[in-house]
Amino acid sequence: MSGPGTTVAAHDTVAAAVATPDRSQPFAALGLTADEFARIVSILGRRPTDAELAIYSVMWSEHCSYKSSRKHLRQFADKAPATDVLLAGIGQNAGVVDIGHGYAVTFKIESHNHPSYVEPFQGAATGVGGIVRDILAMGARPVAVMDALRFGPADAPDTHRVLPGVVSGISFYGNCLGLPNIGGELAFDPCYLGNPLVNALCVGVLRHEDLKLAAATGPGNQVVLFGSRTGPDGIGGASVLASASFGGAGEGAKRPSVQVGDPFMEKLLVECCLELYQAGLVVGIQDLGAAGVACATTELAAGGGTGMRVWLDQIPLRDASLGPAEILMSESQERMMAIVAPEHVPAFMAICAKWDVHATVIGEVTGSGRLEMTWHGAHVVDIPPGSAADEGPVYDRPVRRPDTQDALAADDPARLLRPSPASAGVGADLRADLMLLLGSPEGGDKTWVTEQYDRYVRGDTVLAMPHDSGLLRVDDSIGLGVALATDGNGRYCELDPYTGTQLALAEAYRNVAVSGARPLAVTNCLNFGSPEDPAVMWQFTEAVRGLADGCQQLGVPVTGGNVSFYNQTGNAPIQPTPVVGVLGVHDDVRRRVGSGFSRPDAAIVLLGETRAEFGGSLWAWLRHGHLGGMPPAADLNAERALADVLVAAAARELLTAAHDVSDGGLAIALAESCLAGGTGCTVALPADPATFLFSESAARAVVAVRPGAEPEFIAVCQQARVPTVRLGATGGSALVVSGLFSVPLDELREVHRGALPALFG
Amino acid sequence: MTARIGVVAFPGSLDDRDALRAVERAGATPVELWHGDPSLHQVDAVILPGGFSYGDYLRCGAIARFAPVMAEIIAAAAHDLPVLGICNGFQILCEAHLLPGALTRNQGRRFINRDVRIRIENNTSAWTNGYDAGDEITVVLKSGEGAYVADEPTVADLESRGQILGRYVDGNPNGSVAEIAGVVSAAGNVAGLMPHPEHAIDILTGPGAEGLGFFTSVLRTATGRISAGATSTGARSTGR
Repeated sequence: MSGPGTTVAAHDTVAAAVATPDRSQPFAALGLTADEFARIVSILGRRPTDAELAIYSVMWSEHCSYKSSRKHLRQFADKAPATDVLLAGIGQNAGVVDIGHGYAVTFKIESHNHPSYVEPFQGAATGVGGIVRDILAMGARPVAVMDALRFGPADAPDTHRVLPGVVSGISFYGNCLGLPNIGGELAFDPCYLGNPLVNALCVGVLRHEDLKLAAATGPGNQVVLFGSRTGPDGIGGASVLASASFGGAGEGAKRPSVQVGDPFMEKLLVECCLELYQAGLVVGIQDLGAAGVACATTELAAGGGTGMRVWLDQIPLRDASLGPAEILMSESQERMMAIVAPEHVPAFMAICAKWDVHATVIGEVTGSGRLEMTWHGAHVVDIPPGSAADEGPVYDRPVRRPDTQDALAADDPARLLRPSPASAGVGADLRADLMLLLGSPEGGDKTWVTEQYDRYVRGDTVLAMPHDSGLLRVDDSIGLGVALATDGNGRYCELDPYTGTQLALAEAYRNVAVSGARPLAVTNCLNFGSPEDPAVMWQFTEAVRGLADGCQQLGVPVTGGNVSFYNQTGNAPIQPTPVVGVLGVHDDVRRRVGSGFSRPDAAIVLLGETRAEFGGSLWAWLRHGHLGGMPPAADLNAERALADVLVAAAARELLTAAHDVSDGGLAIALAESCLAGGTGCTVALPADPATFLFSESAARAVVAVRPGAEPEFIAVCQQARVPTVRLGATGGSALVVSGLFSVPLDELREVHRGALPALFG
Repeated sequence: MTARIGVVAFPGSLDDRDALRAVERAGATPVELWHGDPSLHQVDAVILPGGFSYGDYLRCGAIARFAPVMAEIIAAAAHDLPVLGICNGFQILCEAHLLPGALTRNQGRRFINRDVRIRIENNTSAWTNGYDAGDEITVVLKSGEGAYVADEPTVADLESRGQILGRYVDGNPNGSVAEIAGVVSAAGNVAGLMPHPEHAIDILTGPGAEGLGFFTSVLRTATGRISAGATSTGARSTGR
């Protein structure tokens, strides 16, 4: 081990930077361009020190600075619908939504795609840990997580490395942390083989007055780093790993950039922070995620409009050989940074000690407007914090609609052979198609995954899998709750990113509404290929425009989110995959509506209009291997009317079940409702059966109406101008489509449940 | 005044709020106990809840059994204080040798969260006297190291002395020997159960309410002990 004296000598200082202006620096290896480096030199009026270069390289990385997306993301604010529910919005660690009765909810979804490919278990585990700390930093108690997962083909060898690792990583971290996993998604497509998507969502609850912001205010206040010690893990994760494409070989070289998670430490950190908040000891707080200490110090100082002095040598290390630049860039997990008034430091330390959380004063807030850092007395950083945190480069990347888009759109699925009512074997053909979809990894039961997650812990989970949204009780005495759903569909977005993104929004919005909750706010995780590819940028800009327009029409604001670029291997980007999360408020969770047919003799009604829309459908993909044409139309006014009906019907207790109709169409929806509730049904289809069973027209839901309530329910629908088709009734132990086919529930269950275990054991 | 039932919180306890809620739902007075506090605060029964007590990177419950509060519990258990370990609590009781056997990695090597049916085999214990023998109830299994193991003579003893509290029916989810879901001490006061009854107290947030019987049972036991003059205070004096 080198002693402090030799360590100082080994590291670059501000004085040395002034004295040796021409020393060459490895900016390119850290992911900065020559222009960006020149800009740093002009901001500082000299070359940066190694430590400063480390800060700028991570803070100006795509992952932290949103330099390619920022220009476009402004639409979320520019087109935001008028709302009075937002207590904090875009730019904070997470958006905060007022749900009434003095309660607020904060939620956010974030990607951990690249780390999860390199090291599936730790990559996914630390993805959960990171998003939980974002929620904690807002002053909230984290109360649940969800995960939206996408992998390569389910039978591909590498999927058998990645999927089990990702699922057990999420299971390990979330379960040890005591957060129920209340839902998410699981999808497969060849485009995700080298770029799986692991998007984790966390939701937290707080009282309005407990809201915390990331701002270092009050010169003289102390900067406290607490939680795990800093080690060499994840150095450069934001810049090197998350902001570059995979080359296709030699991924082992990136393994040291993946962090290692300790959920027990995170659990202690959660309880410790909540007790610190309760005691009123925290002026400002920030979690340490991507870009570690560099990010936390620059953002806190910039957020407070102040300066900060940091003694980097005070930071407790797991590896004593780390120098200033490495300490700044380390992404060691389970760390938080708080701003604490000097007189409160002893009480702050006492609470940390109670929870066995290591805490260290590493600096103080100043009025200088500079972020200054020393290493054993020598100045190694002296920068304006805003230049790193807020004033990173903004790129207007070239955008070009790909030439292949027209041909894709022209490949109309109308040409695909579908079972014709004129043919003698139509019933058997339709039955075979249903079983194909139901027994596929995409359409099959997801229990193999969800069974590895604790959905009961904390005792407030009202709905989780297999229902359309997760529903949590927030207040036991009044029944107030929140519902959450995430949705995305890469196939739809490949065909038309604008409409596809609106369909993702619409589906999540609908999934929240079927439980009886009123949709309130939106978060998003935008997963795309390289922004340096104009075709990808076109997909991205269309998706953002679609989401901003859609949120405006539905009256639900975007509260925050995350962009994940560079999801591509070589020149092949993933399908554009915006994942949209919608949060709703449920006035009384005792009136929740589940998706299962749980009792006989309830009328089954299909809400919404069914058209022959097979573009991007699960049926076209699985039955014909076809992806072409246009996705279903997104009619957001119809979505809004449908949601109004579902929320009103739940409040008046008119429904015994409600289920969103989406992937796989009505056929899959009916089968899932039968299986979820253990009751069969008999339905008659009014027109072309293949269209009614497998079309994926949006703005639809299938409901079971409480016996006796049918006239009242139909009146509610008519008033809202939501079309209704009475299909039949619940009952029996088979799914019966009159005159066409019937499948006993046992057979449905076996096929549905068998898909994933057959592949993954 | 109703019986006071304590729930111990270790730093990594997760289902402690649920256990407190179940105690309250049963009509008893919930009391929060802290792992580092060597006092049982005059409780009439103790629950060790589910979770990961100290992170459990070593072996589930291996460190927790040395917590200051455990010395008190071990002493009081010898004086008939009713003690229930649920999931991680069961692991801790085995590590503390208050119950025989051990819990090991699930047979399938994956964490399992599943609603399971168990049959109440012993309805005379402090925690199950409200059930009928042979009652089948639905509770929540959620564990990665839930496979109960014990050597053959121990299992034979448990069988012959009626110390098997409950057994999985409809299949063995985790490879537990003899489908054992829970066991009870020879005296009938210390019980361990792998699945969670506290998550089955309300149809709104669980698979039903059939787990509530554990908490109403112990309320009855504790109330009986109070009127007979026994309190945990007497037991505690021996623990000092």
